[in-house]
This record gives sequence, C-alpha cells and structure tokens, in this order.
Amino acid sequence: MESVAAQIIPADDTPGAREAGCLYFIDRVLSTFDRERQAVYSQGLESLQAKTRELFPAAGKFSGLTSPQQIQVLKAIERTPFFAQIRLHTIAGFFANPEYGGNQEKIGWKLIGFEDKFQFAPPFGYYDANEKRAAGSTEKGEYGEV
Amino acid sequence: MKNGRLEAPKKVSMAKFKPKTQVDFVVIGAGAAGGVMALELSRAGFQVVVLEQGPYLREADFQYDELKIRETSALVNDHAVQPNTFRQTEKDKAVLAPAISYGRCVGGGTVHYTATHWRHHEIDFVERTRWGPIAGTGFADWPVNYAELEPYYTKAEWEVGYSGLGGASPFESPRSKPYPLPPMPNKSSGVLMERAARKLGLHAVPIPVAILSQPYRGRSACIHCGFCEWFGCKVGAKSSSLASLIPAAEKTGRCEIRPNSYVREISTDKSGKVTGVVYFDSSKKEVFQRAKAVVLCANGAESPRLLLLSKSSLFPNGLANSSGAVGKYLMLGGNAGARGLFEYAMNEFKSVQGTRAIEDFYDSDPKRGFYGGGRIDCRWGFMGPIGFALQGLPPDTPGWGSDFKKACKENFNRTLTLLAYCTSLPLETNNITLDPDVKDAWGLAAMRVTYMDHPDGMKTKKFFVERALEILDAAGAARKWAQPVTETKSGGHLMGTCRMGNDPKTSVVDRFNRAHDVPNLFVVDGSSFVTSGRNHPTCTIHALAFRAADNIIRMSKNGSIKTSVGA
Repeated sequence: MESVAAQIIPADDTPGAREAGCLYFIDRVLSTFDRERQAVYSQGLESLQAKTRELFPAAGKFSGLTSPQQIQVLKAIERTPFFAQIRLHTIAGFFANPEYGGNQEKIGWKLIGFEDKFQFAPPFGYYDANEKRAAGSTEKGEYGEV
Repeated sequence: MKNGRLEAPKKVSMAKFKPKTQVDFVVIGAGAAGGVMALELSRAGFQVVVLEQGPYLREADFQYDELKIRETSALVNDHAVQPNTFRQTEKDKAVLAPAISYGRCVGGGTVHYTATHWRHHEIDFVERTRWGPIAGTGFADWPVNYAELEPYYTKAEWEVGYSGLGGASPFESPRSKPYPLPPMPNKSSGVLMERAARKLGLHAVPIPVAILSQPYRGRSACIHCGFCEWFGCKVGAKSSSLASLIPAAEKTGRCEIRPNSYVREISTDKSGKVTGVVYFDSSKKEVFQRAKAVVLCANGAESPRLLLLSKSSLFPNGLANSSGAVGKYLMLGGNAGARGLFEYAMNEFKSVQGTRAIEDFYDSDPKRGFYGGGRIDCRWGFMGPIGFALQGLPPDTPGWGSDFKKACKENFNRTLTLLAYCTSLPLETNNITLDPDVKDAWGLAAMRVTYMDHPDGMKTKKFFVERALEILDAAGAARKWAQPVTETKSGGHLMGTCRMGNDPKTSVVDRFNRAHDVPNLFVVDGSSFVTSGRNHPTCTIHALAFRAADNIIRMSKNGSIKTSVGA
C-alpha cells in the first residue's frame, strides 16, 4: 500500500507520500470514519498483486517492482474504484492536518507553500503588494484601501 | 472599560420556557432569517422559543481542519440520516442523491457560508414588467420593491455587521446609508480583476461581506485566517446569526434557543389557526410547544417540506397550501466559472474568499437572445489544500505521479477562480415534494427534489463562462480553463418554494411573509423569493426578515395577531 501511495505522490527533490506518512493516515481513516472502505482496499490489493503477476510474472509482489514497472501496473488499474480510493486517501493524507498521521513535518503544506499561521495581514500576495508599492506613500488604492 | 477598569461582560442567563407555556412565537430554524426574528421579536417584548434541529456550537468548537469539514457533517445537514432523492423530471424515478445542502446548527447556513452579501438591485423585483412573460415559467414581479426594502437592507447591514463600500458600483441601487465598516483589504485576485476591468471597460467593485473589517459592537475584526467558506469563524468576525443576532436576542431574557429540536409538524386547531409545533428532542422524544404564532424560517427546502408534512383534514394538501404553490418554483441559482494561472504567488488561501466582482452583466439583455444575468466574482475557490489538489489543477494535468506533484507545487499559490452567480427561472416543475418511499431517521418522508435548468439558464451559464475566460485573459493569465457547463443537480441557495404574492391563488405568503391561508403563520426565508436575483440570497433574506418582523410587531400591537404584547 505504501508503494502505491509513494507512486501517487513520489519523492523527488522533495519528500513524497511515503515520507509524509500517508500510510499511517490511511490506516487511521480505515479504522475510523472510512471503516466501510476496508473492503475496497482488501479486494483492490489482491487485484493489484494479480495485475503485477500478469504483467511481470517473474516478480513476486508490487513492492518488489522497479519504479517504472510499478507505474506501468498502476496505469493498468488507474480506472478502478480501488485506485480512485487510495489516490483520494493519499492526497487527503498528504495535505490534511498533521495530527491525522500524514503530512508529517508538514511536508505537504511546505511543498505547495501553504502557511499554517491562520492569521495574516495584508499584503497577502505579489499583486496586492505591488499595487501598494506603486501607490506609494498614500497607501490608497482605487477604493481607499489596497 | 469603565473608569479605566476592564469589566467582564455581564452574563445573562437565557430564558427557559416550558413546552406547555403558550409563548408568543415559536421560530423554526436559527439561521439568517431565524436569527433576525429571534432578535427583533424578543427585543420588542415577546416571548420567543427558537427551535433549531442542529447543535449549539460555539467558537471554540470550530477548527482549522479541512479533513474534518470534508468528512463530517458537523455544520451542515447529514444525508445519511436525512436523505434526499433527486430526479430531473416528474417522469423519472427519484434516486438517493445529496441534492440539498444547508446549515444545520445554531446560526444555520450563516455559520459556514462565504458571507458575500449583495443587496438585490431595483431590477430584481420587477423583471417580469421589464422583460415580459417567459413561456412555461412562473416569471413574475415581487409584491415588494427595492425602495420598500431599502430601509431594511440598511438595518441589516448595521445590525448584523457588514463591510463594504456603498456607491462603489455604478450598478448598485440607491442606498440611504453607507456600510458600517469599510471593505476588506484587497487581495491579489482583486488587483488582477481591476486590471482586467480597466482593459475591458468593465467595473471591478469591492465585494460586500458580512465579516468585520474592523472591530464592531464588541466583536473583533477578521484576522484573515482564510477559513471562511465551509468553516465556522473562530474569532466571531463572520457576522453569522450565531455571532451577531442570537447573543443579542438571548440578552433580552425573553428568547430561548432550543437546539437539537427537529420539528415534524406545525399544528392547527379547528378554526385553522396554528397552535404550536411538534418536534423531536435530542432523544427523539416528541414534544409539543404551544405558541400564539409560528414563524417558519427553516430554509427554502425544509420550510415547504414541513408545510407538506403538516397536512390535516382542514389542510389536506399541506399547511398554507390552498394555492398548491408550496414546494414549487424551486430556484437553486446558476453557477458558472473558470480558473486561471498567473505568474506570481497570490497566496489566495489567505483572508476572505474574494474582494472584487464585476456587475456589468448583471441585468438581462435581449441582445443576448435569452433571459439571464449575473455577477462574476473572483475568489480562491477551494476549501483548503486538499480541495485544491483534488479540484484546482488544469484538466490536462495527470491525476497522480511526479507531474501531479509538480503541478500542486507550482500552481497552489498562483491559481484563482472566477465564479459567476446567475439567474435561474422559477419553474413549477422544479420543486420540493415528499418522497413516497424513502424516510429519514425520524420516520418522516424524505425530501424529494425535482429539478432541471430552463434552457435559458444553461445559456446563461455558458455566457458567463465565456465572460470569465475573457476576464482571465485580460488579467494576464498564463493559462485559463473552464469545466464544461453542466445541469444543476444540487444546491445550497434555496429559493422560491413558498413564493410571495398578492394573489392567494398563486402564492403562499403575502407581501409581509404572512401565510395567506393561516393568519398566525409566517414563512420567512429564501422560500419567499419570487425570482432568483443573482443568486446570493442571504442579504435579501435578512432584509425581508427585518421587514416581516417590523410588520408582525405592528400587527401584534394593533391586535391583529394575538400575543402577550398586543392591545
């Protein structure tokens, strides 16, 4: 399962789903609010191994494949309910609050630049900051405030 | 501060009434309209019990937790216990579908909504006169016009606490007073919208919000956390009924908010007058609360359902339904939009959803060849990082793998959404009825929704997608894309199902929201809308509610409704 998650959000120059602990997140949701989805996983993992054996008869299991081989297997099953589910859970785990077990060290948030300060003051971004500079010392925009 | 000393606010214990006590008013629903009714009626000296089917949550219960909001129905209706069924036409078999969404807690939808708060324009009330009939629809003028509602829009803005800039839009109808607070500071998306508007000869105007840009009446200002839409405000800066109206109502000592109270029937006597309501308490035990009058504020989907559930030998088609209009003419409003990717980081996840909108296409225009108009606002458009990763990437981006990850990284802070809120026509065939087969967890008939966009509604949505793409272009978007326009199959802006009118044969409530058929029953929420306006209904719900309350108080004092305060 972890190998699948690690292909959905792979590590490259930055950490991916494996490093963020998405597996722990999935374990957790399958024993709490998504309990009824356990069956999707158990059936899905079986067909994943079956597809692995079909495409790579010499390989024992999915996690033993090379990365390009894993991608090939996943492409063959990417329209199944199992893949849709594990994709959703991996993404949710990667970007959810860290206390759910994924997004450890805020790996997901750091990747995209989401700041978890929950309190901000203007300027918020490049264009409004720039407008403020362009407006000079008056700090007045078209409608009094910028 | 008093004499330099900081004083803790005086604690007032909320009024408590016994069910067998005949209170003046039972208000059903503690949302936008219910909050206004609670405050206005209790302040005028009446005893008021507000029954809310959801829990009484406080600011401390609200969390910055996208997963929790996505996965639970903490603030909204839960279709697992309150199923909806949906079909497009009466010929189809309705199937289980989460068609209707509304706030389900004290404060109702105002707790989790985005809080953009537009007044209707003069034209919204008289479109039938202006544009003529539209075949096959219930297109009609309202029995109340903008000038009559204007003082109540102003009252709402000051009582509830809105931030905005009156007069900024050349399309706005006349106002008697500015907003109490200045508009929210502009965001990058708003700056880009202004650029595009200048280039295209349009007008980008500040979005009015029911969120405090500065401290107001003892409440603190917005801290720009970015968790408005779908979340409850942790600092009480969002002017929900929970933060603004209900605490003031409780302070009167005459208003009891009774949460976890799910009303199943409005009861009547042999003369056809309302005597009270029957509700299930938190342990599903039935309670009858006596009242001299009832104000139904359960929203544009639950209000008609409750009237249909409240049938009796005197009211065989449902309460207040001699016209047969209860539940009909449901309007969910039209939504259409597009997204764009810009060069620099905008950090749109900060602060309110959006700060600028374009109203140049508000009115209908016969040159377009169809009826319809709307307003385009710019906004971040996502619940949080998870929502962005699932919905925010251009359609040609792979759904997983290294290119997916790269797109999340590069696009998160550079994406914005243009969303058009547009008209939907009132059709008799779009309606709320009782499902003959499916029941909710209390054994009541489930809500059945029948809904299909009028062809003009589809054309309107397509028109606005094209305008949104042009605006993104003019703003300098590096990339832009739109999802295909689809038929409406769900909604949270619930309008039209107990329409207001002067003729009891064709409408459910009169011009002051009093039921034509039942003298001590009032229906005040989005259900009284005659036409959809440009979709955002809450500001007009507030104004209608303040006006209806004024009238109820007047009628009570002159004796035409019998209450404890009456003559």
